[in-house]
Amino acid sequence: MPNKASETTAEPVEQTPVHVDHLIANGELAAENAWCVSYDAEALPEQRPAFVPLTLWQANQEDTELAPLLTSDTELTAELAQQLGSAQAIAIDFPAFTDGRGYSLARLLRERYGYEGEVRAVGDVLVDQLDYMRRCGFSSMALRDDQHPEDALRALSFISVRYQPDVEERQALFERRLTASE
Amino acid sequence: MYRYDIHDQTLVDERVAQFRDQMERYRAGRLGEEEFRPLRLQNGLYIQRHAPMLRIAIPYGMLAGNQLRALAEITRRYDRGYGHFTTRQNLQLNWPALEDVPDILADLAKVQMHAIQTSGNCIRNTTSDQFAGIANDEVEDPRPWCELIRQWSTLHPEFAYLPRKFKIAVSGAAQDRAAIQVHDIGLRLWRNADGELRIKVLAGGGLGRTPMIADVVREDLPWQHLLTYLEACVRVYNQFGRRDNKFKARIKILVKALGIEEFRRRVDEEWAHLKDGPQTLNQAAVDAAKGHFPEPERRPVAENANEAFDELRAENRSFARFVTNNVSDHKVPGYKAVTLSLKRREHAPGDVTADQMEAVADLADRYSFGEVRVTHEQNLVLSDVPVDELEALWKELDTLGMANPTVGTLNDIICCPGGDYCSLANAVSIPIAQALQERFEDLDFLYDLGPLDLNISGCMNACGHHHVGHIGILGVDKKGEEFYQISIGGNSTDDASLGKILGPSFFRSDVPDVVEKILEVYVAQRHEDERFLDTYRRIGLKPFKERVYA
Repeated sequence: MPNKASETTAEPVEQTPVHVDHLIANGELAAENAWCVSYDAEALPEQRPAFVPLTLWQANQEDTELAPLLTSDTELTAELAQQLGSAQAIAIDFPAFTDGRGYSLARLLRERYGYEGEVRAVGDVLVDQLDYMRRCGFSSMALRDDQHPEDALRALSFISVRYQPDVEERQALFERRLTASE
Repeated sequence: MYRYDIHDQTLVDERVAQFRDQMERYRAGRLGEEEFRPLRLQNGLYIQRHAPMLRIAIPYGMLAGNQLRALAEITRRYDRGYGHFTTRQNLQLNWPALEDVPDILADLAKVQMHAIQTSGNCIRNTTSDQFAGIANDEVEDPRPWCELIRQWSTLHPEFAYLPRKFKIAVSGAAQDRAAIQVHDIGLRLWRNADGELRIKVLAGGGLGRTPMIADVVREDLPWQHLLTYLEACVRVYNQFGRRDNKFKARIKILVKALGIEEFRRRVDEEWAHLKDGPQTLNQAAVDAAKGHFPEPERRPVAENANEAFDELRAENRSFARFVTNNVSDHKVPGYKAVTLSLKRREHAPGDVTADQMEAVADLADRYSFGEVRVTHEQNLVLSDVPVDELEALWKELDTLGMANPTVGTLNDIICCPGGDYCSLANAVSIPIAQALQERFEDLDFLYDLGPLDLNISGCMNACGHHHVGHIGILGVDKKGEEFYQISIGGNSTDDASLGKILGPSFFRSDVPDVVEKILEVYVAQRHEDERFLDTYRRIGLKPFKERVYA
């Protein structure tokens, strides 16, 4: 499993760019996934288009086939967010599916900094996380290789009720109830 | 109490269908053990020593009679006819079959119940004061606020994979009965000089292997900002809490590492963006929540009922004992709150049989508007009993074995399931509780000791809250043998403190003797009417230590 990382043991950085077959985009199974994800912070990958570590992307902004890959511990300052505004897409890495920092990062990109391009979840991305990812502003999710795309589509449809506002639904349920009862 | 509308009902129904699908994929091998783990935990399902364990949410401890009857039926149908009330006001089933859990959740959903987020690294069931809405010393009923928090935290998309579990407790009274100083976030509702409701926000309290008393993040949060402020706190924790070591992952470690000033600065920085945003509460939203907790239609109680009650109390010693220990004052004259003791030698503390659940549901219907509350001391409360019906209720409780007049005494032990059930435990805890209850069963002796919290945990995860027991007992494992470490001086209420360890640990069989020696020191040293806790605070650990290790 090239892109699976565990929380407790630090694994060596994957040198070969990762490409997964199954991509959920805008609630559907995408016909193809053009992008690869390269975790190598030293050298650019040969494949394009590619998500590459932030520093590499920053140093090669003239290359239009590159996009930034954010690690889950990225501190999203206003300055960084402004830079990211010019990216055609942003990938957020889930080094382990139990690492929930990426959800906050996606919300900040969307809600605080108004980023409107594609935000993609990559790494340890599982079927049962997709609904929350979507609600936090991910527009596409690259499934871990062992995940079944049909399970993924089903998992997106189970829960229709949202108590909280999120990236898609801007009103809390308590507000919508008040509006309905007026 | 809160009743579901179509949205709440749809959510729990959908959640059952979702979990059924996850369980099927798990059993078919399409979902791995590791991947299934957080999903089952966030539906209350643990894999335990003997069998799975299912923890059912009882939001801020409020139960309706029909819910309690449904729980009784569930324990008969899927378990062994009993359940265990926990220190977080939930109910645990110790013997369900894994494959039955989706059906159990479906049965719960039929009575507006669930097991959502009762475990896992997420925001857990919000707990509160068992006397909410009826206490004499209440400033603001915490239940509508708890319900707003329940909804905000339920299936929150951003906070399902926190570094570790996250527990919130709310108190709205002068006296803290919700142990808010030992929660990840503690909230205290109070009013300023102008009568405006404010919320004191505490963070970083907790028990477990690194017990800590919470720090104050904000003294006077205006109520409108409750949810955005909570969101800011949890977001800071989600981003900066440690994820490399699960024993250092709770928010208390973050608060301590950053210092409260820096933690507050980060929360405020985050909050500056969220403040006045879409989750800001308004009066209409709060009124709607309050509408779910109306005053029950209490009948007037005749003036002379109080006199008759006082007379009976003077004449009947058994009734007097019950009233002194198990009956609490009510904000409405003529009414009382009655605590049903779940502490008897024959049962583990907090255990209730299906028959008892049904009987309590009937009593609730007849004496207390069909509602029951669960306390964090693992007892039950009927909150609205007219004084002229107290005697009849007392007699019925006595028949049921739930009138033990020992609430708040040494006998009212808080205890986790321990090594008899729990796979985390280092040692058994229930047999310790039973041995102590057997040793100290003389009521006059118990009353003479006065208020005394004795808490037992079977391991350092501290589910039995041993750190905040006036006497705390912790099971430890030494080379495969069970030992017990004893601490004294803990307290979970307003002047919260953590117990200090007496010294080297003891054999199981020695525990009752050691506790007896501790009590002897107290009795010999106390000033008139001085509580155990106050004597300890005055004389310190040394006299106890010298006596026990003499």
